[in-house]
Amino acid sequence: MSAENNNTLVHVDAVEKVFHRGSEDIHVLKDLHLKVPQGEFLALMGPSGSGKSTLLNLIGGLDRPSSGSVSVAGERVDQLPDHKLAAWRARHVGFVFQLYNLLPILSAERNVELPLLLTHLSKSERRDHVATALGVVGLSHRAKHFPRTLSGGEQQRVGIARGIVTDPTLLLCDEPTGDLDRKSGDEILDLLQALNREHGKTILMVTHDPHASARASRTVYLNKGQLSNEPVA
Amino acid sequence: MKFLHLTWSNLKRKKLRTALTLLSILVAFVLYGLLSAIKQALVGGVELAGQDRLVVRHKVSIIQLLPESYKARMERIPGVALASHQTWFGGIYQDPKNFFMQNPVVPQEFLQLHPEILLPEDQKKAWFQTRTGAIVGRKIAERFKWKIGDKVPIQTPIWPKADGGQTWDFDIVGIYDGKEKQTDTTWLLFHYDYFEEGRSYGKGQVGWYTIRIKDPSKAAEIARAVDDEFANSSAETKTEPEGAFVQGWAKQVGNIALMTASILGAVFFTILLVTGNTMSQSVRERTGELGVLKAIGFTNGQVLALVLLESCVLALLGGLLGLGLAWLLISRGDPTGGMLPLFFFPTQDVLLGVGISLALGLVTGIFPAWQAMRLRVAEALRRI
Repeated sequence: MSAENNNTLVHVDAVEKVFHRGSEDIHVLKDLHLKVPQGEFLALMGPSGSGKSTLLNLIGGLDRPSSGSVSVAGERVDQLPDHKLAAWRARHVGFVFQLYNLLPILSAERNVELPLLLTHLSKSERRDHVATALGVVGLSHRAKHFPRTLSGGEQQRVGIARGIVTDPTLLLCDEPTGDLDRKSGDEILDLLQALNREHGKTILMVTHDPHASARASRTVYLNKGQLSNEPVA
Repeated sequence: MKFLHLTWSNLKRKKLRTALTLLSILVAFVLYGLLSAIKQALVGGVELAGQDRLVVRHKVSIIQLLPESYKARMERIPGVALASHQTWFGGIYQDPKNFFMQNPVVPQEFLQLHPEILLPEDQKKAWFQTRTGAIVGRKIAERFKWKIGDKVPIQTPIWPKADGGQTWDFDIVGIYDGKEKQTDTTWLLFHYDYFEEGRSYGKGQVGWYTIRIKDPSKAAEIARAVDDEFANSSAETKTEPEGAFVQGWAKQVGNIALMTASILGAVFFTILLVTGNTMSQSVRERTGELGVLKAIGFTNGQVLALVLLESCVLALLGGLLGLGLAWLLISRGDPTGGMLPLFFFPTQDVLLGVGISLALGLVTGIFPAWQAMRLRVAEALRRI
């Protein structure tokens, strides 16, 4: 195995994804290949319906490819049974969603704590981890606040804190600035960049926004189910 | 335990809906508690009835009297250890609403026949020696604030005295307790001799007999022998086990068990629909959130358990509050002022109530929990 291969964290190989709508087959991804090295901040761009989120879901183990393989840190994600896949996600993947997807009934710190409930950490250890994650995103002072009392940018920071609290191998962000104004979006991008540069996090970010993709170390473009290194004309 | 906060927060999400559901469960369990106590009051005596005791009454009806002379004849029948009589006194203390049982008995024989009546030795002795002496149960003594040494006047329209008066005076010489919780401690028991001497008519006649048999397995045979002994006489008898006799009284009201089961069945079926609907609605509303939980690593089993835990907490909380409230209401005592002396919430029914509330939680939660478990993550996230 080459040095380059050793450094590959995500390996998507000949992946096809077909959705069935009635009698119609929709080929969303076609013979798709992608390698993401450890520590990269990769932006994934493309028009609506091009399959960006589908690809992110396959890499994050939320869905399975129709054919081909998806490996993360050498593990064949597409072959893991459901219960192992859930445990794998809890251990290796942090998700950041466009609409934050916080539970409105829980405070910021309780939202961040959620993934830790699946670990064997004690209550005090969980509290320490939550405090660290909220500190990283600069929201320690808002720990007790509920999502409805936080701004969009703050909610997304809580979402990122939830995504990194278990120190996952990979952070998957689906349009993390898509619902924010420019200023808040920039703050989130600053934060993601810092997580990548200072904490070595490998990040895959789906975005529509060229301004956001400019913060990534590499950008790939998805069109009609296939990837290219150049934007679609 | 660490998921309990999440469960509790989910229940607080729609406070009004949760409160109304809790209230409906609570009301159902209060009703369950009250019906259990009423059933206990009406048929509880059957459980307590002595296996070795038979009751002999007039063949026509309980209100027809039997000759006192039957006692000796009964005791001559093989297998009969002891026979003793009681008579319905039907007295009124202060107010006709103050209903309780008063019976003239032969004290020594009565206590021999009813070992479940606990009376201190000195009080027993005082009762045997005092012609106007009466013993009362703890419950009735507390109700009327009677204590030993009190003189209690009781009027009876059934048994006027030889002098034409209707008031009989009794000296309270003892307060008895029950060996079992179900033992009726609302009776007033007094000397048959005092009654016999004082009444203006019916002398030598008694209400019914209780007999103790040596071998309970021969109850049917002995009952037949007793009835045969008095066949073709002017006062033929009907002999039956004490349990059947008590049941006969209760059946005058109707089939209590069937009535309570029918009412509770209808109530719990309604509650099942109400709680089931609440849970289904609650899960439907947060499909996206369940998708998020699955995305961050909750397994299908954990999501199933979370929803089930929620429905069980809801049902258990409503159930326990309802059972607690029922217990409080029941512990205030017989609401009829004496018609239901054994009115209490039996422990086994309390435990059954807890079991029913847990089962309610499981049954109402299983369908939405199953739906939540089968939810596909990617699809659920699209519904946000």
